[in-house]
Amino acid sequence: MKTLSARRAVWLVMKRELNTRLRTRSFVVGTAVMLLVLIGVVTFQAFLAGSKSTSTVGLTGQSMGVAQQLQAAGAQTGQTIKTVAVPNAAEGREKVDKGDFDALVSGSASELKVLVKSTLDSKLRAVLDQVARQQVLDATLAEKGLDPAQVMREVSAVSVGVDAIKPKDPDSDKRLVIGLVVVGLLYMSIVTYGVLVAQGVVEEKSSRVVEILLSSVRPWQLLMGKVLGLGLVGLTQLAILAVVGAAVASATGVFTLAGFATGALVWGLVWYLLGFLLYATIYGAMGSLVSRQEDTQSVVGPVNMVLIIGFIVGFNLLIQSPDGTATKVLSLVPLFSPILMPARISTGAAASWEIVASLVLTGALVALLTWLGGKIYGNSVLRLGSRIKLTEALRG
Amino acid sequence: MGDKSLEIDGISKRYGAKVALDGVSFDVRAGELFGFVGSNGAGKTTTMRIALGVLAADAGEVRFDGKPITHEARTHIGYMPEERGLYPKMKVLDQLVYLAELHGLSANEAHRNAENWIARLGLSERRRDEVQKLSLGNQQRVQLAAALVHDPGVLVLDEPFSGLDPIAVDVMSAVLREKAATGVPVVFSSHQLDLVERLCDRVGIIRSGRMVATGPVAELTGRAGSKLVVTAPSAPPGWAAALPGVRVLENHGPTSVLDLAPSADDQAVLAAALATGPVTEFSRQRRTLTELFRDAVAEQPRAEGETA
Repeated sequence: MKTLSARRAVWLVMKRELNTRLRTRSFVVGTAVMLLVLIGVVTFQAFLAGSKSTSTVGLTGQSMGVAQQLQAAGAQTGQTIKTVAVPNAAEGREKVDKGDFDALVSGSASELKVLVKSTLDSKLRAVLDQVARQQVLDATLAEKGLDPAQVMREVSAVSVGVDAIKPKDPDSDKRLVIGLVVVGLLYMSIVTYGVLVAQGVVEEKSSRVVEILLSSVRPWQLLMGKVLGLGLVGLTQLAILAVVGAAVASATGVFTLAGFATGALVWGLVWYLLGFLLYATIYGAMGSLVSRQEDTQSVVGPVNMVLIIGFIVGFNLLIQSPDGTATKVLSLVPLFSPILMPARISTGAAASWEIVASLVLTGALVALLTWLGGKIYGNSVLRLGSRIKLTEALRG
Repeated sequence: MGDKSLEIDGISKRYGAKVALDGVSFDVRAGELFGFVGSNGAGKTTTMRIALGVLAADAGEVRFDGKPITHEARTHIGYMPEERGLYPKMKVLDQLVYLAELHGLSANEAHRNAENWIARLGLSERRRDEVQKLSLGNQQRVQLAAALVHDPGVLVLDEPFSGLDPIAVDVMSAVLREKAATGVPVVFSSHQLDLVERLCDRVGIIRSGRMVATGPVAELTGRAGSKLVVTAPSAPPGWAAALPGVRVLENHGPTSVLDLAPSADDQAVLAAALATGPVTEFSRQRRTLTELFRDAVAEQPRAEGETA
């Protein structure tokens, strides 16, 4: 007689999940849509990085002489200043009012007057101030018989020597962006594929096929195969997104695939697996409490809620301070680690002991929840009919 | 017994205060078709689910081939649950191959068997269709194929005939006979008692979680006595009432239907009828399973006293 080993049972269930899910239109379309969104985000970043602020300044009367100085001073602070000469103040005023000009400059070089619609942009103000002061300085130096150009050369040669206790990583902004993308992707993948586990369990209950399945495989084998199968489908999707996203990012020059970006991707995939395993069994267990697809939402809702809270709180904490105490503490709580820790790793804020501690804690919780979820599932998967109370399912 | 028979021995099951099964015992021998009958809620499905191990019994034992049944042995049972179930969005062939593999077959064997049963049950044109797109009758055929696709050593079928058209009933009957002929014990439940009577070697009747009769159909119906139909046009009303071992069941004009106890002498009845004048019809009929079942179920209320 033929026998079915536990490993083969899990493998068969897993293979079925892979076969049926990877071929569905929703997987292909879903992945394509997510890719488009990701590419959109990356190219938007590229666009932002490429564009510098541009101001248009109208010049009238004597002030027309400072056009070159304005442009030069603007360029030093990373601004593009476009100057337009206007024959009279009235016409310039009209253009400021219409919004064609950000500012209208008039008056002599040493006494510049600026007309704006409501407020003067602070960067533009600094540039204009500098130009005016330079005029005064040049005049004074010339009066004292000094060469202004010579003095300026000496002045610019001097700068402050800076020693930073914690030097800011020049890539820190890019790291934060990657961190946030990782948070978003992990949250989305864990919720999506977790809910798919619950729906798969309910599908087997509502179609009654579970009774046939359980006449040859054990409940834990069925649940484990399903969790592993769907987890791999999610991993496949994430890997596609990561590889294509990284390729597009380096092609558009948003960031090169430096060490930290590769590290972030690898850690992201590791934490996806841990996070998925953490939540998937619970999703499956919750699904086993109901017998109709319509009731799925009511049982998976609370699990979703935990993930949503982790996502929203984590996202905001990260933006405010990736290395703040609150972020640190939350990222060590196993339920939230899978979303927060990879983000902190990619921002470079996580110490190695924190990474190790969160891996150990999450691993322990995975074991506990898998045991608990398996128990709930085993006790309730064959009980058709009305929704089963969680306490009942735990008692068995 | 070490002869590939399936034994249900003293199975009990309670749901809270309600006793679902109370010491149910019967055996299904190798190569035998066993009919399992009882009213709705009598415990047929519970018994079958316990035999399959999808439900745990509170007491008692299920044995196969003389040994307590193991999970491994259960994978060799072909099972058709009461609540029909297949993956609605899976294709017929894929589904059967998957179920065969889950029961321990290699991929090749699974494919071969699935294709065989698809051809045998007339599903060839539908093999690449999703199950949910099939007619109800065809879904039933797939369900039967699902129970048979792994060459089961035991067949346990819960209401396999319900919802089948007459042709499908014939196909199903033929398949079950054929499986039994290869030495497989086959047990199925049904409400179609004429079918059970025609098809089964032995039957078991369950009532309120207890077996009330088990044995070959002929023996059970024989033990219950038989019916006499007597037409004696000149006989006065009540002519047969006083005869020993006789109970009058019905009177239609000159024709009386009598219940004859197993010990009673039909020749005495004939003599009594002839004594009233001419007898134009005298026939002895075996009780049918349906009648036996009605009697068994009718005895219900007083003896039990509702253990709950």
